[in-house]
Amino acid sequence: MTTASHARPQRDIHRVTGPRVLRSEWSKFWDLRSTWITLGIAMVLLIGFGLLSAARYDPTSDHTGRLGGSVTDAVAAAMGGQQFAQLAIGVLGVLVMAGEYSTGMIRSTLTAVPKRLPVLLAKTTMFFGVVTVASFAAVLVSFLAGHSALADTDIAAGLTDDRILRGLTGAALYFGLVGVIGIGLGGLLRSVAGGIASVVVLLMLLPVLTDLLPSDMSDSISKYLPSNAGASIYALTHDSSTLSPEAGLLVFAAWAAAAVGAAGYRLMRTDA
Amino acid sequence: MIEVRQLVKKYGTKTAVDGLEFTVQPGVVTGFLGPNGAGKSTTMRLIVGLDAPTRGTALVNGRPYVQHSAPLREVGTLLEAKSVHPGRTAYGHLRALALTHGISMRRVEKVIELAGLTAVARKRVGGFSLGMGQRLGVAAALLGDPQIIMLDEPVNGLDPEGVLWIRNLLTGLAGQGRTVLMSSHLMGEVAQTATNLIIIGRGRLLADTTVERFIAEQSAGGVKVACSDPERLYAAVIRPGVTVTGTPGSQELHVQGVAARTIGEIAAAHHIVLYELTPQTASLEEAFMSLTGESVEYHGTTTAPSANPGAPMRSMA
Repeated sequence: MTTASHARPQRDIHRVTGPRVLRSEWSKFWDLRSTWITLGIAMVLLIGFGLLSAARYDPTSDHTGRLGGSVTDAVAAAMGGQQFAQLAIGVLGVLVMAGEYSTGMIRSTLTAVPKRLPVLLAKTTMFFGVVTVASFAAVLVSFLAGHSALADTDIAAGLTDDRILRGLTGAALYFGLVGVIGIGLGGLLRSVAGGIASVVVLLMLLPVLTDLLPSDMSDSISKYLPSNAGASIYALTHDSSTLSPEAGLLVFAAWAAAAVGAAGYRLMRTDA
Repeated sequence: MIEVRQLVKKYGTKTAVDGLEFTVQPGVVTGFLGPNGAGKSTTMRLIVGLDAPTRGTALVNGRPYVQHSAPLREVGTLLEAKSVHPGRTAYGHLRALALTHGISMRRVEKVIELAGLTAVARKRVGGFSLGMGQRLGVAAALLGDPQIIMLDEPVNGLDPEGVLWIRNLLTGLAGQGRTVLMSSHLMGEVAQTATNLIIIGRGRLLADTTVERFIAEQSAGGVKVACSDPERLYAAVIRPGVTVTGTPGSQELHVQGVAARTIGEIAAAHHIVLYELTPQTASLEEAFMSLTGESVEYHGTTTAPSANPGAPMRSMA
């Protein structure tokens, strides 16, 4: 039988390692058409709505009720598509993890990597990296494209201006962590539909719900919510009602870590 | 070698695997047989650590599967349920698995060829037929060139050529000294491929034997005799350990515990004319069903219980 002819003494070179699992997850990710479509949509939305926000910027209006919320600076204009893009990225994160369960692929995956946790860590690392890099490119394009539209306004800014690059980097990290939250919720719920719904609740509905609380309570809670803490990462101006970029990054990363932690707990504790 | 010791798996209040204990030896194909719902798939999931046992252990090559540093090199598994993302190509699926172990792409190409998937390797798995899906699963199981191959219902959905391919593949792998465990709910399928036999029902071990011994034991179906004087023949052959049944007024007897040849000699000595002397072999499938009959999880309702055929001969005397 031909299968035996393969060199057996080399058994030791074939072992499961972290980098190998990462390479496998990288390959699995780019192999799927849904990856290209969803990631593409997210980037197009980011750039398209960013351009639109810059083009429709009107310093005399009160900046509210417009696409992408209030545009108060050039980075906020570049993030005009933030709401839509984060949805696409969150959905893709859920698909990366929960898709394993809905298709049955998880059985193959965990048979190859029975220690399980490396799979979750590899998916998280890989997806965080891909999304952060891709969305940095997208917000950069969005910012540069909106540059000329904003040239003669009060919020005109160049790449080298104070805090701009930090803001754009913050925006990329924000999307990267949104992706991580998607992975975590997908792994926790093991259902694509449930994962997507919980991403929407966590990032978009929670702020609305806390507005229903008494104002002194909601004021103190509000800035720690995922969406608000996340927004502080790329905001250029901060006040007492918002966190600093560093604190925002820390809080938002903690939310992401909690989601992945919960997914890890379920992965290790329950049957696949 | 696969060693299952006192294995128990409960899902809530339902016990899927109930104290299973068996060893799968290398060098032969072992059939893992049981009716639907007997716990075959669950046992295999427990062996590769997809489910955690409630009690007991399952060891592969002396260790729990999870503790192996290169699990695909130890055990190649084909699970019954689909375990592939339909959006990936066959090649993409195998490549992803190979990458976790640093297995070469040459090996990926090789198992694709071995499984007869070369023509469809770059096509998305979602469009595969059941048989092609099975072939992909077998290719994945062979990927790590493992010492143990464990296949859940491997012939499901395969055409006759595919069935033959699986049989030859498995006996070939066993011939190389590998441990091969294949599950099935069809006795006939197992009998044609396997040497050893593990039969379970309702999560319990019913038989741990060889196909040959199982056939010998279960098909001791007795001898059908038709003769000129059944009453005299009865008196001549009856002794402790021998059962004879028949219907009064009929020339036919059913003798159990005496070889056909001996009956012929006895009849000759007593000058009884034999019209027919036929050793009865119960089919393997019947033997399997009679063994597992008690433990079938889901009984059909279309077959009514049959009346007891043949009254005891003693009523004739």
